[in-house]
Amino acid sequence: MSIPTQSQYCTFYVADHLFGVGVSEIQEVIRYQDVTHVPLAAHSVEGLINLRGQIVTAIDLRRQLALPERSDDSLPLNVVVRTEDGPVSLLVDEIGDVVDIDESTWEATPPTVGGRIGDLVQGVYKLQNELLLVLATDRAVDVGASAGI
Amino acid sequence: MTQDDDLAEVIGEFLVESGEGLDALDQAFVELEHDPTDAGNLAFVFRTIHSIKGASGFLGFQNLEKVTHSAENLLSQLRDATLLLTPEITTVLLLAVDAVRQMLLNIEQSGADGDADHSELIRSMEALSHRPEVGAESKAPSHKEPSIAPVASEAQDITADSNGEEFSDVDENKSVGELLVQAGRAKPEEVQAALEAQLAGDPRHVGEILVERGALDSSDVVEALNNQRKEAGPTVNNSTIRIDVALIDRLMNLVGELVLARNQVLQFTANQPDSALVETTQRLNLITTELQAGVMKTRMQPIGNVWSKFPRVVRDLSLSVGKKVKLYMEGAETELDKTIIEAVKDPLTHLVRNAIDHGLESPEVRAAAGKPVDGTLSLRAFHEGGHVNIEISDDGSGIDSERIKAKAISSGLISAEQAAKLSERDASALIFLPGLTTATAVTNISGRGVGMDVVKTNIEKIGGVMDIHSVRGVGTTFRIKIPLTLAIIPALIVTTAGNRYLIPQVNLVELVRLEADQALSNIEKIHNAPVVRLRDRLLPLVDLADVLKTPKKSQVSSSLDDDEVEVDPRLKPVNIVVLQADDNQFGLIVDEVLDTEEIVVKPMGRQIKNIPAFAGATIMGDGRVALIIDVMGLAQESGVIAQSRDRSAGETHTTTVEEMASTQPMLVLGVGSTSRAAIPLSAVDRLEEFARDIIESTGGKDVVQYRGSILPLAYVSQILNVPSSSDEVDVLEVVVHTSNGASVGIVCDSIVDIIDESINLQATDSRPGVTGVAVIDGRVTDVLDVDFIADSVRLSGPSRSKSYAAVAS
Repeated sequence: MSIPTQSQYCTFYVADHLFGVGVSEIQEVIRYQDVTHVPLAAHSVEGLINLRGQIVTAIDLRRQLALPERSDDSLPLNVVVRTEDGPVSLLVDEIGDVVDIDESTWEATPPTVGGRIGDLVQGVYKLQNELLLVLATDRAVDVGASAGI
Repeated sequence: MTQDDDLAEVIGEFLVESGEGLDALDQAFVELEHDPTDAGNLAFVFRTIHSIKGASGFLGFQNLEKVTHSAENLLSQLRDATLLLTPEITTVLLLAVDAVRQMLLNIEQSGADGDADHSELIRSMEALSHRPEVGAESKAPSHKEPSIAPVASEAQDITADSNGEEFSDVDENKSVGELLVQAGRAKPEEVQAALEAQLAGDPRHVGEILVERGALDSSDVVEALNNQRKEAGPTVNNSTIRIDVALIDRLMNLVGELVLARNQVLQFTANQPDSALVETTQRLNLITTELQAGVMKTRMQPIGNVWSKFPRVVRDLSLSVGKKVKLYMEGAETELDKTIIEAVKDPLTHLVRNAIDHGLESPEVRAAAGKPVDGTLSLRAFHEGGHVNIEISDDGSGIDSERIKAKAISSGLISAEQAAKLSERDASALIFLPGLTTATAVTNISGRGVGMDVVKTNIEKIGGVMDIHSVRGVGTTFRIKIPLTLAIIPALIVTTAGNRYLIPQVNLVELVRLEADQALSNIEKIHNAPVVRLRDRLLPLVDLADVLKTPKKSQVSSSLDDDEVEVDPRLKPVNIVVLQADDNQFGLIVDEVLDTEEIVVKPMGRQIKNIPAFAGATIMGDGRVALIIDVMGLAQESGVIAQSRDRSAGETHTTTVEEMASTQPMLVLGVGSTSRAAIPLSAVDRLEEFARDIIESTGGKDVVQYRGSILPLAYVSQILNVPSSSDEVDVLEVVVHTSNGASVGIVCDSIVDIIDESINLQATDSRPGVTGVAVIDGRVTDVLDVDFIADSVRLSGPSRSKSYAAVAS
């Protein structure tokens, strides 16, 4: 996997993992919105939200990453990413910072990281205190592959 | 830089104008074929080509100029009536129009008119224009006569309907002459003489010639010229502007957003005490509605824009397949949204081609069938309840349902058993199956097996519905019902399991509400499939919550088991939304029916797009997203459509709209332990019970003495070939039928009921004594042919097959 060319990452937490998406791929971060559930949709599709008149699909990253479900009392936040198909919202637990990264700290995902995380993470930046998992947004918004999980 | 821009703009305008002109040309040519001397049309065609030629020369498109120049030469002779329009010439000119169109396309795409070789086309045009010219020269005077005479004699008419078409210099001359004659300043003969002089080579204008000859003052000519300008004055062009479609699309989107915002504001202010705010909101509401209507109107185009190319299509096709076709168009002014016009263009063209290629017969076949040699193809469009209906009918051979069935079976699309059960109408609808073609031979026009299914899919894509009606030997009609616009549609809001869904009104037939007790008694089940009797028809029911696999809000103790539909009605009334999908109607059970609302269909992301039950989503008044139900998709998902194709005949027909025209009360008889038979009540004279021991025998037939004559007996169990359960009993149930003075006693095991419902009779493989099979009172029932039975047991007299036919009809 090639080294991402981004130097600034927007970070967020999903089930205590720190993920990052290049800032240029992020449209905006907004608080929890009312979601309209879509019956018959893939499991990781949480539903549709109204983003200032535009209808945007919200994908639950926990389900998409096959991580344990969020507890009922915490509301997720929307990280709206730009895709070829228009904006898609990723539901995350908590928003982190925008971090500048040092490209020399890049490393490919270790082969022992399997499952959905292994599929959706492009690589890892070794930050000072923790690891930043760089999310491949194109795969993160693709629910076709995860429909069966 | 700016010069380039200017040039690009000039070329752009040239392309738009030329394109519009060309579209009108096809129509003009076809009209000219009917009336080759129509001076108005000829002048119009000439002018269009002339201006393209002029502009192409100016802009340096040499190929284009060459072709248009030759065409113009040919046309000028036609216009001057030195040459008469023949189909041959029309074909060549149409080819030239095609060539011009292609070159315009090249210019649009690459900026150059392309290097296609048109020399042959030019040569054939030249050949056509040269050939008669030789002949024309030898008898020039007699030929020129007709070209000039009408100018004078019809001067009044032509001037009267002058609508700014008299632009070219040549026409100008004529018009001046006309105006002078009309004003009484010049005599027709003088104008004619001046025109003749012009034709003979005088380069000057008519006015000049006339003044020089002393026929009138120069002031008269000036006045006439001024009048001419006035007449040509304010044309349509001055009151219209060209607008980029993209701009209108953008306006439409904005209006859509405004409508949604308006809906939200309305909802917020509904409970506000501030009367000024409420008033302002009402104004906003009205203005938005008007704005929406106005913007939508800008996108409306008459369907004639699409139809206008059909005369040409029909002409070319009918020539190539050797058929004669008359095209009728009605309602060409019916307006539709531009996107929909674009979307129906191809399906309509396909239907028109189909109708000519395999709908209409060849002239010989038509003559043999006693039909007019010219086939008729008619297009009809009209508004109906917020939708547009388009009908394409031909008076051809109709659809051979047997052939279609055979084709469908051999292509493996349906089984022979299924085919046998299909009604005429359902068989016709088989042509919508993918991979089926009715043409025995594949032609270059149609018959490759990609067709009707694609047409239907395309119509459905824009929210339309399509159906077919065909009568063998009489013709075929395709009916298409499409929404006026795609952008903003009225929809019904329903809820199920606490979620709102929207159902487009186009699919809505009616709303039915059954109170708890009614629901209990009216909703029945056929092997787990709930149905409701609605005005004597069985309507299959689908629970929206089941199809969407969402848990019910008010879950009763049991889970989603089979008894659900029966459990629910006990608790609350049942709301049924009756929907139309294809030819079938079905009832959708929802929790609540709320309201209707104008909604803007918004696309959904690719994560959700592939769910067939949803057509899109919209934003509701409260700002939340709601899903729009795709009724076709839902019907397929829930098996309503697929089932009906596979189901047995009886069930299919209780669900289809098509039913036997007459509802005839039927007497239902029980035969054996399971079988049922029915006799039209009108054929029943009396019901009798005979003791077994009074049966006597004559000539191998069982008879009884009845009312002073001998009544032959026929056993239904023998006719149906089922074991009778009455062999042991002592009393026989007998239906007495009398026709033409002779009676028969039809012996059955029990009299079940008299049923008065519309039935759909299916023909059966010829079983003597049985007219057909139908579902009566929820059971498969053989309908008896009483006259045949009477004949088979009659004791004397000639066979009366005639009377049978009379009764049966």
